[in-house]
Amino acid sequence: MKKTVIIDYGLGNLRSVLRGLERAGAAVAVTADPEEIMAADGVVLPGVGAFREGMEMLGDLRETVVRCADEIPMLGICLGMQMLMESSEEHGLHQGLGLVPGTVKRFPHLRGSSSGCESNRWKVPHMGWNTIRITRDDPLFEGLHREEYLYFVHSYYVRTTAHEDTLATTDYILPFSSAVCNRQTYGVQFHPEKSGETGLRILRNFIGLL
Amino acid sequence: MVLTKRIIPCLDLKDGRVVKGTHFVNLRDAGDPVELAQRYNEQGADEVVFLDITASKENRGAIFGVIKRAADHLFLPLTVGGGIRTLDDMQQLLRAGADKVSINTSAVLDPDLINRGAERFGTQCVVTAIDVRRNFEMQTGATPVSLPDGSECWYEVVIYGGSKPTGIDAIRWAKECEERGAGEILLTSMETDGTKNGYDIPITAAISDAVGIPVVASGGVGTLEHFYEGFVHGKADACLAASVFHFGEFTIRQVKEYLAERGIPVRL
Repeated sequence: MKKTVIIDYGLGNLRSVLRGLERAGAAVAVTADPEEIMAADGVVLPGVGAFREGMEMLGDLRETVVRCADEIPMLGICLGMQMLMESSEEHGLHQGLGLVPGTVKRFPHLRGSSSGCESNRWKVPHMGWNTIRITRDDPLFEGLHREEYLYFVHSYYVRTTAHEDTLATTDYILPFSSAVCNRQTYGVQFHPEKSGETGLRILRNFIGLL
Repeated sequence: MVLTKRIIPCLDLKDGRVVKGTHFVNLRDAGDPVELAQRYNEQGADEVVFLDITASKENRGAIFGVIKRAADHLFLPLTVGGGIRTLDDMQQLLRAGADKVSINTSAVLDPDLINRGAERFGTQCVVTAIDVRRNFEMQTGATPVSLPDGSECWYEVVIYGGSKPTGIDAIRWAKECEERGAGEILLTSMETDGTKNGYDIPITAAISDAVGIPVVASGGVGTLEHFYEGFVHGKADACLAASVFHFGEFTIRQVKEYLAERGIPVRL
């Protein structure tokens, strides 16, 4: 059985990620131990909350994450995906892990119609179920339809420098990268562990890559 | 491709069992919360809210078991509310498997709790539940809201399950919650809660217009049309209901099909 580790740096609800990966058929450990991370077959970088706090909480593990990205498939979820990027504009400019070229930006404030209901304004966070448009075929999306509903909750979005690093896009206020991949490092803006069967399928596909 | 409107069943819990009251009293037992939530999941629920309604008064240990079991079996966003007073309460619930925590009375009594919660756990984790009632005695600083019958009132925030008026203007409070870092507002009107006459549209629309964060309408659903009104006239981002789902008057799927036929984007 493939050994997957969830990096525990003190943020968020890890229980659902853990159960989702177990359901996908992996042996899962939640850990902050660099050796255990380096010895894994797959690494999941979860996260909710603010970018700077996330990077601070990650602390010394940053180096481990960057190092293991060369050897081990990785999946960043939500803030975990954003931290894979080079930088974020959340509350100032902050450096990310730089594993995927690109930046993290805030959704612009816009008046206008969302969801087709009369004069509703665009709300931030982008919270709820939206679809992804798969722009590059990848084993991560095997068995999925062209458009699938996934659960999102975020106020900042990712823009990759290279078009080919974006695996899927989603429209909210503007089109943004909802899934990215550079070599074997993946990131998804949505929460697969909160997206029912579709999300579990994506986790299973990730485990299948290991 | 659009963000869909959410339908959220709410499970009121007492000692780890589901109850639903009218005007927050007269409780009836309607079963195991995880089993019920599972059924809602199968019907297409977009999220599930667990509200521990007796949390302030009684032993609240049971809620952790419920949240853990729910997180083990449901791959859906889970919100927990009721009796949350401290950062530690929030942390424990998030660790147990909750994705969002909803604070109500404690946010009014200690508004800084919103800031601290948002800084520590992220804006998306902190839902501010606001309970309101109509007040027809206008006062300075209150925001007038026009009612369908042509009269005018302001909406006052009430706490402790609706039993205590605060003198706080609900629209101003909603804006303050947003500024302090709340990621969502769960709005319940005491005027409509338990009546089955529909959501309180005027205040729902007013608050949804006033803030830039999602607003969940709550209290008063009796018919399918009420959901439609909540989204179209109330400008809600999500509609929450309890008893119409518990007692099987219609399923979540029926609600979504009804809305889809009328052009409201929903996840089917």
